[in-house]
Amino acid sequence: MASHYEAPIRKPLVTGDKSYHDVTVDVAAPVEGTANKQWWIVFGIALTAFLWGVGCIIYTISTGIGTWGLNKTVGWAWDITNFVWWVGIGHAGTLISAVLLLFRQKWRMAINRSAEAMTIFSVIQAGLFPIIHMGRPWLAYWVLPIPNGFGSLWVNFNSPLLWDVFAISTYLSVSLVFWWTGLLPDFAMIRDRAVMPFQKKIYSLLSFGWTGRAKDWQRFEEVSLVLAGLATPLVLSVHTIVSFDFATSVIPGWHTTIFPPYFVAGAIFSGFAMVNTLLIIMRKVSNLENYITVQHIELMNIVIMITGSIVGVAYITELFIAWYSGVEYEQYAFLNRATGPYWWAYWAMMTCNVFSPQFMWFKKLRTSIMFSFIISIVVNIGMWFERFVIIVTSLHRDYLPSSWTMFSPTFVDIGIFIGTIGFFFVLFLLYARTFPVIAQAEVKTILKSSGEKYKKLRDGNHD
Amino acid sequence: MTNKVVHALYDDDDVLLSAVKAIRSDKHHIEEVYTPFPVHGLDKALGLEDTRIAIMAFIYGCIGLCVAVAMMNFIMIEDWPQNIGGKPSFSYLENMPSFVPIMFELTVFFAAHLMVITFYMRSKLWPFKKAENPNPLTTDDKFLIEIELHDNEKVLTALLKKSGAIDVSIIEKPE
Repeated sequence: MASHYEAPIRKPLVTGDKSYHDVTVDVAAPVEGTANKQWWIVFGIALTAFLWGVGCIIYTISTGIGTWGLNKTVGWAWDITNFVWWVGIGHAGTLISAVLLLFRQKWRMAINRSAEAMTIFSVIQAGLFPIIHMGRPWLAYWVLPIPNGFGSLWVNFNSPLLWDVFAISTYLSVSLVFWWTGLLPDFAMIRDRAVMPFQKKIYSLLSFGWTGRAKDWQRFEEVSLVLAGLATPLVLSVHTIVSFDFATSVIPGWHTTIFPPYFVAGAIFSGFAMVNTLLIIMRKVSNLENYITVQHIELMNIVIMITGSIVGVAYITELFIAWYSGVEYEQYAFLNRATGPYWWAYWAMMTCNVFSPQFMWFKKLRTSIMFSFIISIVVNIGMWFERFVIIVTSLHRDYLPSSWTMFSPTFVDIGIFIGTIGFFFVLFLLYARTFPVIAQAEVKTILKSSGEKYKKLRDGNHD
Repeated sequence: MTNKVVHALYDDDDVLLSAVKAIRSDKHHIEEVYTPFPVHGLDKALGLEDTRIAIMAFIYGCIGLCVAVAMMNFIMIEDWPQNIGGKPSFSYLENMPSFVPIMFELTVFFAAHLMVITFYMRSKLWPFKKAENPNPLTTDDKFLIEIELHDNEKVLTALLKKSGAIDVSIIEKPE
């Protein structure tokens, strides 16, 4: 067992005396079992919210963008706030599966599958907003580089909005194949256990006929490594480009060089918070506490604490640079954010994003499941407010004081946002019942080095 | 004509690795090994060559970069040059800074997708493909070695048993 050595000081990543077969059984259990009442209740609520959102989207498209609270001064508000919020949440999945793979962080294996699922589902929500905001979503394909004779002109490759189209679609599609490739062996595991013919058929289809030959595994590992290498700069580029939507404009409060790293840190921050929200519930409901341990939650809390602090530094830097620039428009934009009519949004953002993660310095708090759950919700609220503050407070008092105004959302704005939350949870709840939610093949590779059973055996030998 | 193969089943990755080494040092040819997870060092023990898929990914990435440059050069510079924001589009090089994001995105797009497609083709993975693992337990917790038989049944069976196989069975494969 020498090749499976791991320092005894490291806490086991898989607790309970698990064997390879136990891993299989535990991961397959939620798929093979039937849904309980709570699942149906939560699913029902999510589906209702989703359908309400669909209704609001239909109303928007059939009547027009005028159904939203936008006005002449504030032309971007909840739609783009929600877009950036969802894209940001989507960053944790690839960060966990790609960046932590490159850094050889074994703890990622229990959470990467669900984090990637969350990424894909939230990027889908994000993608909805620009498409709806087009007003004529059936012409959405005009963002593609389509020949001149087709319409009036080509797309403009100087525009950050077009960069966004390429960045988001590359991100979504690459995340999807990364996720699916990792899923093949786990679908195969469920396929080979399935007793009902229909289930067997579905999972054979999903597993692409995976058999686990030595050569396939060799390629599989190489492909995972290269995809991780590609996805790492990709994930950083996506939110960088999202921040360009603002940073390349000449609006005070948006025209800021600090945006790319600040947005990326914020994205990781909110993404990890959402992973914590989802997994704290999932580990309980699906009986996966031996795989997603308190140690996993603690490590995610540390990431939340660090990225939250980076975001805090960015907020303060912004204020300092606004003052230091000597540009009075820039100075006013920030003064207005903190003390103007939207002061409550600014201080909600500051409290949720900068102060609340500081509790994670205390080991007692960051290892408390209930506390982690509350903070994860608080962080997500805070990150929504961050985008709202950046977008709406920079716009509502522009260069021309006669056009200063406030933004108030209509029920349609609110309905579409709630609808995307519903859609997200509909997808995630379906995923939790039909997909192997832990990358069991990967977890099996670390069972001998980081499983509690084997660690105990090894430590016993040393005595 | 039928081909006889022997299937040896193992229940531990370390036992499997030493068995593979023992079988190969006895000059038997291992047809295939099926495992539920990637066993570290198995490809070396089997003498498999390194995969070249990463090299392909690099080439695909270069193709993506070229496609991006060619596309944007044609669209922005050649076909319909415009003066956008006081920055006339008459030279690709001078306008390149604003093309960098998409040059990067398309490099990643091509490298990732074409590499995965190559992987699926080479490893014969696609929807509706029938799984060919001889024992369904090999996606759970068992490891299977497949060796072709050439009138060496007894020797081989004894060797496999000695190497720690929990089950050795001889299968006739229609060819």
